[in-house]
Amino acid sequence: MKMTTLDRLLLLLTVFLAAYQIVVGIDNLSTEPIIAYTIAFGVLLLAGLLLIILGFEVLDSPVVVIVSTIIPLALSLGLIWEHLASYRTLYLIFTIIGFAAVTLTRAIPMQNKLPTITIAIVHGISGVTIFLLPILLSVQGIMKPAFALVGIGGALIGLGGLILSFFRTGHPVFSKETILRVFSSLLLLATIFFVAGFKLG
Amino acid sequence: MSVQSPIVNQKSKIKLYWPLIKSSQTGLLLATGIAGYLSAGTPIGLLTLLGMSFSLFFAISGSTIMNMWYDRDIDAKMKRTHKRSAASGELNHKEVFAVGMSISILGMGWAFIIAPLYGLVVFAGWFFDVVIYTLWLKRRTAWSIVWGGISGAMPILAGRVLATGHIDLVGILLTLAILFWIPTHTLTFSIKFREDYGNAGIPTFPSTYGDTFTRATITVSSILAALAIGWASMLIGISAGYLRLIAVLTAGLLLLAFATFQVKSERANFGLFKYASLYMLSSMIILAMKAF
Repeated sequence: MKMTTLDRLLLLLTVFLAAYQIVVGIDNLSTEPIIAYTIAFGVLLLAGLLLIILGFEVLDSPVVVIVSTIIPLALSLGLIWEHLASYRTLYLIFTIIGFAAVTLTRAIPMQNKLPTITIAIVHGISGVTIFLLPILLSVQGIMKPAFALVGIGGALIGLGGLILSFFRTGHPVFSKETILRVFSSLLLLATIFFVAGFKLG
Repeated sequence: MSVQSPIVNQKSKIKLYWPLIKSSQTGLLLATGIAGYLSAGTPIGLLTLLGMSFSLFFAISGSTIMNMWYDRDIDAKMKRTHKRSAASGELNHKEVFAVGMSISILGMGWAFIIAPLYGLVVFAGWFFDVVIYTLWLKRRTAWSIVWGGISGAMPILAGRVLATGHIDLVGILLTLAILFWIPTHTLTFSIKFREDYGNAGIPTFPSTYGDTFTRATITVSSILAALAIGWASMLIGISAGYLRLIAVLTAGLLLLAFATFQVKSERANFGLFKYASLYMLSSMIILAMKAF
């Protein structure tokens, strides 16, 4: 499916927002969350640029499944590190093992459902973390109410990543056309929620 | 009988000359010069900045027109370039030479008036491009791109020199960054248009050393460019946020360079070609932020 000018514009805005977040949006945090968020927004930024340059065809690459796992994993690791100190080590181990598992199950040809199950588990846990943790922190009054926007952004990007992953693993939830039609908007919307949540929360 | 007015004539002449300055490439090189100037973080002299921009623009445009003038015979043999007004004969080659030299002298003269050392660097860029690269080496060896690279690296050094008044380590690193970035740009280009270069009998890396060596060179030069930009950025003292952004953009460049080496597809090659330009432009904007 050919990329429209509107798609390119939306992706460019996503790139600018991700760049803003990397430059100023995470400045006051400690080192580990800064690294985690830089990786997450960096992948988002590079994905946007590559989509603009190469078009939607780039999504056909088998690497997409792995890349689309990095964003939720890195974001959730940053959130856990910042707000749930007692779970830091455990979640870091999960992040490393989860990423390795997704990479390996994609690199080694398999006939069973292991690759799909692995992706579902990794995306599921990281996605739920990004979605629920900011909302819980806001509800409990630990963070400002606007921080919940990060959770909404997480839900959106988790959804996008999951849909994309299932599409790539051969188990499409929606048709390719449907996914591509909303993909740029979904990416931008998720980024707007993230940036707003971090800024205002 | 219809007689064209002088204004219409002038307009059509400008239309014919404009492609001869390769506006995108000239614009990118000019951006490196401005970034070099602003990276020093010295107070911005608006008149100096304007003078530098115009003198660089004229010097770069002049050298590019000279290149088009000399290469009109080989440009005529290549699909990609045969329609250029110097190659197609739409413009008289003596006139192209005169215009190219005039603009070059205007740019370099202006540069020397602004500051002698700055003028010297601008002249070096012109000399490496026109004399060493175009007239001497381009048709003889694939390694001519090194001299093209040195020439392309002069605008950023010129800008830096104008701001600081001397050649410093940052200036040298920025020069190296551009020098090593240029193979990433030109070699991906020579892979894409290998047939064209072959028809014109221009020695290129792919035709002389093969694809694997060319792609390895692209990867190595991307790594070196990234190291130089990173080191220069730290010495310049740009903020941690902008350093993170440079790191992300650099990671993209390196990943694409490795992908081009591994995958060996036209698509990866094209992606790297486009991304390399974006990377350089973004890096220049980030370095320029030092001034604000």
